[in-house]
Amino acid sequence: MTQGLFFALTAVGLFGIGLYGFLVHGHLLRKILALNVMGNAVFLLLITLARRNPTVIDPVPHAMVLTGIVIAVSATAFALALVRRLHRETGETHLDGTDDEEPS
Amino acid sequence: MMAWAFDALLAAGLLWLGWRTIASPSLFKAVVLFIVLGLLMTLCWARLGAPDVALAEAAIGTGLTGALLLNTYRLLLTDGRPPEDRALEGRPRATVFHLILALLSMGLVGVLGWALLILPEPAVDLGVLVQMRLDESGVSHPVTAVLLNFRGYDTLLEVAVLLLAILGVWSVSETITAPQTPPDLIYDSILISALIRLLVPLATLIAGYLLWAGAHAPGGAFQAGAVLAAVGVLLRLTGRIQPAPVAPAWLRSIVALGLGVFSAVAIGALALGGNLLEYPQGWVEALIVTIESCLTISIALILTLLFSGAPGLQRHWP
Repeated sequence: MTQGLFFALTAVGLFGIGLYGFLVHGHLLRKILALNVMGNAVFLLLITLARRNPTVIDPVPHAMVLTGIVIAVSATAFALALVRRLHRETGETHLDGTDDEEPS
Repeated sequence: MMAWAFDALLAAGLLWLGWRTIASPSLFKAVVLFIVLGLLMTLCWARLGAPDVALAEAAIGTGLTGALLLNTYRLLLTDGRPPEDRALEGRPRATVFHLILALLSMGLVGVLGWALLILPEPAVDLGVLVQMRLDESGVSHPVTAVLLNFRGYDTLLEVAVLLLAILGVWSVSETITAPQTPPDLIYDSILISALIRLLVPLATLIAGYLLWAGAHAPGGAFQAGAVLAAVGVLLRLTGRIQPAPVAPAWLRSIVALGLGVFSAVAIGALALGGNLLEYPQGWVEALIVTIESCLTISIALILTLLFSGAPGLQRHWP
C-alpha cells in the first residue's frame, strides 16, 4: 500500500466519523464542528489524490484545497452568526424537531 | 520503516481526535480537540508535500476557525452554565437510532474505501500539464500559477464567497450600540502591551514575506491575509480594536477592494480583446502581484470582521 492510499483511506474513515457526528448531534455548534471534520477529511482525500503520479505532484488539488479552506471558514463564520442570532432570539441551541432534546 | 511508523501514528491520531471531537461529552473539550485535530492535519499536509495547504490550514483552518468557534461558545454560555448537550446519552430509542446511523456511516466508509481501491487512472495528468506551461503563467510556483492564472475563476469566485459571508454575518448579527467590552473590564497588563509590541510588527513582516514569496515558493495572498487577520484578532481580543455599530465607507471599500480589483482585471482582459481573466502578454506578473496584494488586505480585514461579528471597528488604545 502506498502512502497516498493509506492517507486516502484514513480520510474516508474521518469522513465517516464526521458524518456520524453530524447526523446524531442536535446541538448546532456540534453540527458545525462535525461538518468541519468532514471538510478536513475531504481536503485530505484531495491532497492524497494529488500524489497519484509519483514523479509530479499535481498542484490543482492543492489550489482547490486552499480555496476550500477559505470557503469553509466563510461558511463556518456565517453558520456561527446564525447560531448566535438564534440563541439570542429564542435561547435555543437546537433546531425544532431535533429528537435528542429532552422535552421541556 | 520510521516514516511508516510516523504515518501510522499520524493517521491513528487523526481518527482518534476526529472521534473525540464528535463524541466528547463536553462541548468545550470538543472544540479544543477540533483545534488539535487541525494541528495534526497541518502535520499531515507537510508529510504529503503540500506546504501551501499546511500554511493555510495552520492560519485559517485551525487558528481562525478555532477562534470563531470558541468565541461563539463563550457567547452561548447562558447564566454561566456550559451549553451541554445530551446527544450521546439517554433514551433507548435514541440509542437504537444512533446505532443505525453508525452502521450506515460505516457502510458508506466501506463503499468509499472500496471505490478508492478500484479508482481508475486519471485520463489527463493535470500536474504534468501545469509543469509544461508554467513558464506562461508569470510565476514560478505551480500552486500560485493554478490559483491566479490557470484557474483564476475559482479564486475570483472564492473571494466573492468571502464577501458574501461577511455580508451575511453583517445581516444576521445583532446591532451593537455600545462597545461590547467596557474599557475598564479589559484585563490589561504590561505583558499584553509588550506582547503586542513584539508580535504585531513581526506578524506583519511575516505576512509581507508570505505575499511576496507566493510567486516562487509556498505562500501567497491567502496565507498572508490569514496572518494579518491573526493580528486583527489579537488586537480585538486585547481590546485595542473595539466593535463599532456602523462600518465607515473606507472600511467597506477595503472589504470590497480585493474582489473589485480582481473583477476589474478579469473584465479588462475582455475589453482588450482576450478572454475573461486572460492576462495581457507582458503584464502577467505585475497584474498577479497587484491582485494578490489587494486580496491580502481584503482577506485580512474580512476575516477580522468575521471574528469580530460587528459591522465596524474602531481603535481603542488603553
